[in-house]
Amino acid sequence: MNLTLGTLLPTNESPSLPAIQTATRQPVTLTVNGVKTELQLAPWTSLLDALREYMHLTGTKKGCDHGQCGACTVLVNNKRINACLTLAIMQEDTQITTIEGLSSLDQTSSSSKLHPLQRAFIDHDAFQCGYCTPGQICSAVGLLNEGHAKTADDVRELMSGNICRCGAYPGIVAAITSVMDSQPTTV
Amino acid sequence: MTQYTGRPLNRVDGVDKVTGKANYAAEFDVQGLLYGYIVNSTITKGKIRQIHTDDARRVEGIVSIFTHENRPKLAWFDLSYKDQDAPPGSPFRPLRDAQIQFNGQPIALVVAETFELARYAATLIRVDYEQETHQTDLQANRHKARKPAVGMATLFKPPPPDPRGNFEEAFRNAPVQVASEYVHGSEHHNPMELFASTVVYEKGRYKSGERYTIYDKTQGVTNSILYVSQVFNIPFKDIRVISPYVGGGFGSALRPQHQLFLAVLAARELKRSVRVTLTRQQMFTLGYRPATVQTVALGASSDGTMTAMYHDGVAVTSQFEDYTEVVTTWGGLLYPAEHVKFDQKIISLDVATPMDMRAPGGVTGVTALECAVDELAYKLGMDPLELRLRNYTERNMNNDLTYSSKELRECFRRGAERFGWAKRNPEPRSMRKEHTLVGWGMATGIWDAFHAPARAEAVLMVNGKLRVSSATADIGTGTYTIMTQIAADTLGIPMEDVLFKLGDTDLPVAPIAGGSWTAATVGSAVKAACEAVGEKLFKLARKLPNSPFAKVRFSDVLFAEKAIRLKKDPAIAIPLQTLIDANGGAAVRAISTSVPNLLKQRKYARNTHSAVFVEVEVDEDFGTVRVTRAVTSVAAGRILNPKTARSQIIGGMVWGISKALEEESVMDHQFGRIMNHSLAEYHVPVNADIHELDVIFVEEHDDIVNPLGVKGVGEIGIVGMPAAIANAVFHATGIRVRTLPITLDKLLTAATTEVSTS
Amino acid sequence: MNSFTYARASGITQAVVERSAKTDAAFIAGGTNLLDLMKENVARPTHLIDINHLPLTTITSIESGGLRLGALVTNADTAYHQQVTQRYPLLSQAILAGASAQLRNMATDGGNLMQRTRCYYFYDTATPCNKREPGSGCSAITGFNRIHAILGTYAQDQQVYCIATHPSDMCVALAALEAVVRVTGPDGDRTIPLAEFHRLPGDTPHLDNVLQDGELITAIDLPADGFPDHYAYLKLRDRSSYAFALVSVAAALDIQDGQIKDARIALGGVAHRPWRRPDLEATLTEKAPNKTVFQYVADAMLEGAQGFGHNTFKIELAKRAIVRALLQATNRPSAV
Repeated sequence: MNLTLGTLLPTNESPSLPAIQTATRQPVTLTVNGVKTELQLAPWTSLLDALREYMHLTGTKKGCDHGQCGACTVLVNNKRINACLTLAIMQEDTQITTIEGLSSLDQTSSSSKLHPLQRAFIDHDAFQCGYCTPGQICSAVGLLNEGHAKTADDVRELMSGNICRCGAYPGIVAAITSVMDSQPTTV
Repeated sequence: MTQYTGRPLNRVDGVDKVTGKANYAAEFDVQGLLYGYIVNSTITKGKIRQIHTDDARRVEGIVSIFTHENRPKLAWFDLSYKDQDAPPGSPFRPLRDAQIQFNGQPIALVVAETFELARYAATLIRVDYEQETHQTDLQANRHKARKPAVGMATLFKPPPPDPRGNFEEAFRNAPVQVASEYVHGSEHHNPMELFASTVVYEKGRYKSGERYTIYDKTQGVTNSILYVSQVFNIPFKDIRVISPYVGGGFGSALRPQHQLFLAVLAARELKRSVRVTLTRQQMFTLGYRPATVQTVALGASSDGTMTAMYHDGVAVTSQFEDYTEVVTTWGGLLYPAEHVKFDQKIISLDVATPMDMRAPGGVTGVTALECAVDELAYKLGMDPLELRLRNYTERNMNNDLTYSSKELRECFRRGAERFGWAKRNPEPRSMRKEHTLVGWGMATGIWDAFHAPARAEAVLMVNGKLRVSSATADIGTGTYTIMTQIAADTLGIPMEDVLFKLGDTDLPVAPIAGGSWTAATVGSAVKAACEAVGEKLFKLARKLPNSPFAKVRFSDVLFAEKAIRLKKDPAIAIPLQTLIDANGGAAVRAISTSVPNLLKQRKYARNTHSAVFVEVEVDEDFGTVRVTRAVTSVAAGRILNPKTARSQIIGGMVWGISKALEEESVMDHQFGRIMNHSLAEYHVPVNADIHELDVIFVEEHDDIVNPLGVKGVGEIGIVGMPAAIANAVFHATGIRVRTLPITLDKLLTAATTEVSTS
Repeated sequence: MNSFTYARASGITQAVVERSAKTDAAFIAGGTNLLDLMKENVARPTHLIDINHLPLTTITSIESGGLRLGALVTNADTAYHQQVTQRYPLLSQAILAGASAQLRNMATDGGNLMQRTRCYYFYDTATPCNKREPGSGCSAITGFNRIHAILGTYAQDQQVYCIATHPSDMCVALAALEAVVRVTGPDGDRTIPLAEFHRLPGDTPHLDNVLQDGELITAIDLPADGFPDHYAYLKLRDRSSYAFALVSVAAALDIQDGQIKDARIALGGVAHRPWRRPDLEATLTEKAPNKTVFQYVADAMLEGAQGFGHNTFKIELAKRAIVRALLQATNRPSAV
């Protein structure tokens, strides 16, 4: 790092003042989709950035980075949360599930092993651009785990933390209620 | 050839999207990637006197900071910065000089080893400005309205036609008149994906050359490569722009955005790979649907025949480009009034240049027009649907051409039937459930059926699979899926054996994906390329020993179930695999260019139409509005995939709800700054806002618009929706709100001050 | 976001000591508002003390007959807790009217009290804001103030320094229920009635509440009476969900033999803190619940309210909301 610093800064502006050190990286162990990984992270790295930039699990999306869109929804200890509003270092003892961990399939296997919600989202065309979709699906898994939604209106209200700019809401509600109907207990 | 086309099939990219495998522009992993973070101006107009980057440079891990002071020399002429969707004027050039032209203008790029470092260092940059007085308020500057300049962009957005007849006299003599002003705020596209460009820098692969592989959020990779090549003077061959998935566009990615420029600039200077992603807040510094003020005046005889029509519109643009929101032409396409006058003006303010946003001009103009028609219906004491039927036109009055197809009448009929319009009591405030007033409103929608040239390649590979490609985009519209359907049907190959590729400048060129033209444009090219492969296969088939095809013509064969077949006896067939073997085991390949048949097309007006019926519930005490159900019936030629097409219409309807009731970028003119620049405060609908939405497709047979007979469905869903909602709100409450969005305070204030008119 | 160090608190006392030792330190629990503000460069702590592992995560019955909500119980766990839904349904309803399911799973009850305003200018470091930078001025007074306060904005010198509102839904219900906040700090433990926890802006709008430097919220105590029979939380906003209140009303009534015995009305979205007028609530006692008396109280509660242009509609809206909420509370069938 320091090497590039010296070579690339214009010489006339080379700082006479001391360099500003930021909080150092430290080992942070995350358990994502059942796999423990030790990362070197500074405290300021959000769980979302840790997943996307440090673990390259880009299925979890960044749509606002402020808890205002739900695209970053993941499950922490089976509860849905916004990964943008927690620090990775705060999640060391938790079980994190991302969209990549929902289907038990490997890279090559067919779509038949998809999570029932993933299948339902495809069948009900519950997305267009697909960017909010992993967050919607993780949120829907959380919704089913919570068990508070009984009606389509409940689903609408309790899925309102996931914005879909393409406006696929009717498909999203249809997909979720179809899975609710077929699996009345937790998923 | 209809095994697939016309069927409600699942998206072929569905599995990628639901498993998180679909990669968007910021999601390509690159070794040694640097992160850029943009610093924006906090003033609206003036000059940067000094930009203090010393503190930021001291942060360990900061690689470089680019400002107007140290940026490299770039292309000099405006022309180099003109992209395919640039309006007349001088495109904005990031870091060009010390001038500030709008609030939030990018003024520096911090490049660091991590995203967090760049974000932090950006907060340490201090700027001394020399501020000048700015003008950002449309209403306060209406006296500056002027005619827009014309240019390339005018091609698809022609200015309104000259007046016909004598509007003033006809209006004066009309026994029934309405004249109203309609005000719309500005709106930002806010696709869910943040704008991002990942520029992969490689050196030495080609002699001493440098190579840039750019993953960009764009509705047209060709547009991005042209821009980068011209601005940075990098040869085409050294650039490749890739964009397999786009997390929503709605027009916002029709032009190359700041992050592309800045990421390439940094990569080129630092000789490193660089990614620049905008924050959500920064997305409000991009183009937007401009604020408008419109006046519509209609005169009719007492039987409802419209005789006089006037529509003027004033829209905001920047000081440096004449983006023109053409809102005033639509009346001439929908109603056959004899005496018409249209006027279209713009006002240059100290703001960023507006951009095309879903049904640009159309939804804004038609909303005003269709609200005015509703007002006229009430003045006449006539059912709004009946009034529209009374003034139905088979011709586009602006160019005096017959429509290539127009099933709007059938849309009205089926939409009204599904909705139950006949049961409507026309009296405002006549339907009530306790505190809730129920209202039913309707409107017409219209959009263009464009068709542009495009190229596509089809390759029947030795393994029998078909690879088809074109450098178009799928912004969620279903392009991947419908192109796969078209290709599969044209060559009789199962969809699972067809791979359609897009979003890559290595592929045959296609125009930017906008204006609802992609299905027609790229679809026609895909069909042509597959047919060209078919002809080659036919030639191979004829040459086979004892070929049953030896004496027939190409028009006598069809392709089905992986074989070439005789039309009159499909049992007589040769498997495609046999033909590949006959080709010496080589793939059969063809590239085709589809060009619109202008001779045929220009004799006709070509448009999509819709009829929209909406029910709203308004809380009488609070003015809160809910759209409880809506029916849109659409005539858009042939529907290739009713499932994905329906999603597009539903999405458009949700956008209509948003425009009518929620969406507005609110600027504080003290600062010239948009203040609700977040998804918490810039409201778009959430799931709980959306109830029963119903779509009816009225198919049209149309062999004039393009070889596929499709018209596109990306915009038509939004066009009539806001007017239908506003009209339903009037029916519910007796209050005519002419300023969108219809938020509760507007209804509440109108109700309490009793300023409502009807 | 600036750079900070991070440590997990091992115990309540240790957390308070660590926090007191560093002026620029902050506690982090759910993080939903703090990290949001840090990313906007509005909050700039140099040290974060993660209190999530402190033993403040339970809901327990207390001697008074009430319920104690540990400061670290999440909003979701509170809203769905059986004791809360049965005995304090107003609180449950208010919590569920706020934020999203995801945020409620993260946000804690203590953190909810610490939420900062959603004022656009407070959030945007490019504009002056007395709350963010005391003395820089209030942009909202002459700016876009649609979401801003209409009550309690004047300082003692009759000047207005800040028209921000408190954004919480939960706190509005807590105010109506007369909850008590338990805190611990360098000087020991103390309790603060919720009504006194949040401040009016006065001429020091940078202070949201009365917590002293280093103090930590440990619990929120709910009194024994949760008004389970007659309650309503009414929230008016720009979309059906996932939006902050323009105006909200927490109404709770004790009705016996057709007469009001006790009434509570708290308003959200109208002031720098949940707004109550116990003196006016008292005028409802011994009255039969009906629209006329409710309208009287509603008008009285908004007496002296002042709009700043875009937000003037809130005055009428609040009156109507109060009446509706009280009617809903009256008519709510007891025992669900």
